[in-house]
Amino acid sequence: MDATGIGLWGVPLAILGGAIRVSTPFIFVSLGEAITERSGRINLGLEGTLVFGAMSAYAVAVMTGSPWLGLIAAAFAGLCFGLFHGWICKFPKVNDIAIGIALMLFGSGLAFFFGKPFIQPSAPDLPAIPLGAWSDIPQVQAALDVNMLFLIGAALAVFLWWAFRNTRAGLILRVVGDSSDAARAMGLNPNTVRLAATGVGGALAGIGGAYLSLYYPGSWTEGISSGQGLMAVALVIFARWNPLGCFAAALLFGGAGALGPALQSVGVTQGYYLFYAAPYILTLVIMIATSSPSRSLAGAPGELSITK
Amino acid sequence: MSPTTRMKAVGVETIGMTMRFGAFTALDDVSVKVPAGSFHALLGENGAGKSTLVKCMMGFYHPTSGDIIIDDREVTIASPRDASALGLGMVYQHFTLVPSLTGAENLVISREKVPGVIDWRKERAALAQFMERMPFKLPLDVKVAELAAGEKQKLEIVKQLYLGRSFLVLDEPTSVLTPGEAQEVLGLVRAMTRAGDLTVLMISHKFHEVTAFADDVSVLRKGRLTGTGRVTDLDHRQMAAMMIGDQPIAALDSRAEPKPDAEIVLKVKALKAPDRTGLKSIRVEDLGVRSGEIVGIAGISGNGQKEFLEVLAGQRPRDAGEVMVRGTAYAATRAEARALNVRLIPEEPLKNACAPKMTVAENISFRTFDIDGNGKPVSWISTGTIRTFSARLVEQFKVKTASLSSPIASLSGGNVQRAVLARELTGEVDLLIVSNPCFGLDFSAVAEIRARIMKARNAGAAVLLMSEDLDELLELSDRIFVMSDGALVYETPIAQASVQTIGEHMAGHH
Repeated sequence: MDATGIGLWGVPLAILGGAIRVSTPFIFVSLGEAITERSGRINLGLEGTLVFGAMSAYAVAVMTGSPWLGLIAAAFAGLCFGLFHGWICKFPKVNDIAIGIALMLFGSGLAFFFGKPFIQPSAPDLPAIPLGAWSDIPQVQAALDVNMLFLIGAALAVFLWWAFRNTRAGLILRVVGDSSDAARAMGLNPNTVRLAATGVGGALAGIGGAYLSLYYPGSWTEGISSGQGLMAVALVIFARWNPLGCFAAALLFGGAGALGPALQSVGVTQGYYLFYAAPYILTLVIMIATSSPSRSLAGAPGELSITK
Repeated sequence: MSPTTRMKAVGVETIGMTMRFGAFTALDDVSVKVPAGSFHALLGENGAGKSTLVKCMMGFYHPTSGDIIIDDREVTIASPRDASALGLGMVYQHFTLVPSLTGAENLVISREKVPGVIDWRKERAALAQFMERMPFKLPLDVKVAELAAGEKQKLEIVKQLYLGRSFLVLDEPTSVLTPGEAQEVLGLVRAMTRAGDLTVLMISHKFHEVTAFADDVSVLRKGRLTGTGRVTDLDHRQMAAMMIGDQPIAALDSRAEPKPDAEIVLKVKALKAPDRTGLKSIRVEDLGVRSGEIVGIAGISGNGQKEFLEVLAGQRPRDAGEVMVRGTAYAATRAEARALNVRLIPEEPLKNACAPKMTVAENISFRTFDIDGNGKPVSWISTGTIRTFSARLVEQFKVKTASLSSPIASLSGGNVQRAVLARELTGEVDLLIVSNPCFGLDFSAVAEIRARIMKARNAGAAVLLMSEDLDELLELSDRIFVMSDGALVYETPIAQASVQTIGEHMAGHH
């Protein structure tokens, strides 16, 4: 990319554009994980769900020619993974974290197995809205080329934030996540609620995967995910289980992820690889900074196995 | 359900209720009549069958035989849902409110029919109208986690009334309340039964509450109804006799004369430590415990007693101040505790003083397994010595266990506490730190454990006793402090102690 035209302004602009572009999978995975964790369970398998979603979206898009059908396929695949996790975890003495790790490996492995024939062919992309069309600077245009999914994700974050307080489903989810006993006393079955929450969480993670393979980077390879599914879990904790916080944190992580390529594009040739590690370093720093040895996390759902 | 209609109390009667779990009979032919608008107390030790009876009434258990009659009609209660449809509700000993939801959210979501999208403006107006008719005044927009115990208990009761229940089972409703709060809550409930709005069946251990508030009382022992009648016709001695039968109760050692000039064993000065939220801190300016006295610390749970104990036990770091035992700085290391003869009985002993999956013998030997008879460290641990040592203590402290190699978690609460007492009270004890030693234990275990603590005091140990049970403190202590909001706010010698004044300080009204 030629960024010399606008000089160093290219860096913040590229970070902004990158934040929007890179953050979308984070948004979906973290919102899905927020729903799951609010119900009192952790699904670490979302990394596998993400990869499998990416593969199935790409495969269906190649075969049908429609990226939207691919998106639906990814959501459906994610739903199945989520339901599977929720179903296994309802049995006594099953640890949700261990099952999550198993499903993470299973999802990735299965995706690689089925995805082999789709590495070569190219699939149609999900459409983007050129919000930067008013400008004639190509960098501005590139940065503000916003995908539909990003906007849907933003709207979803606001909706979830509202729904956690103002809908029956939202309140039930919080009740189940905070106290199984209270839920049972109300005649709710915590396992059913958690099954649904894990299913929805998986579907959202599948959509995040579809974004990866159908828009950015926009092709199916085995290295398509660089741990977004796992980082999203950290992100949910950082965001204190608040959907709006998840959205903001996803943007922050996206921006950090765009730092390396942005520096490279303005001609920094030394050490930019270090900046590729920015999201991971950010994860570590945030986890250390927001944790305390003597105090449990404020706002953590009471039934979560890591906070118990 | 409409929260605005005036409620009408219902009466409930059980006839020949029997409940068997396999070969064990938990309830044996129990008939109890609770007429509409009355306040009925249900007395009994742990395991006497009170909660089994109540669970049968609430539809959690299906009785082996027996009938339930509500307002002169025989009914079948197959599930808790049936019970609530008939207007039967239960307030549990532990809170069933969801801590991270506000009071209003808790009330609305517990309703049978909740609209998909909640119109908070309408709900709030309806709630305000409902609360106007309630004798309880409560903040509904605060997260339940931030309410005081008394407020939570009131909210639990309000929730049942909001759901249209007019027969309430209260399971030891005052166990977490101050005397003042208990008076208030029970007084308000009493007024509602007098007005004919409510019928109450209260499970209780406390005779004075039964006498002060109940109309009738029924007593259970080992699954059988051992007595029933008007409260006015019975005195405490008769009720106790019905409750515990003729089993011997360990008598409290008479209190040896305190020596006002005895050595000060424990000295705490200007102690400061963070509390569990990390937002506030606890401060203990000056506290001394002399040899041969029991110093009690009263307070509602969550006012810093737990943190104070954790500091003394070495489980919590301190920011400032010093803890001295016999003039030596004490940081609760194993070596220091051994050298200074400091012993600790924390609350919830299974969690805080035992390794639940290790055996009874191993748990009893935690203090001594790595030293020989002369206090020298051993390099090879002898299971034989551990077994003989713990066999002697199990015998001496009457710990009921299937075998020495059973995991300690398989013992009942009273026997876990006996095992911990055996470990902590054996050998020389100069300082004993105790917290809620009798919580959740039955009558005879309580009497025995209190007797052991008194015995240790009479033998010259300095005892620091933290308890949420004021009766226990009044029975055992030589001096009582009140801890409120992280600080010791009041001190009184036992001779001048008044429940009224202590209660006021516990509630922070000074």
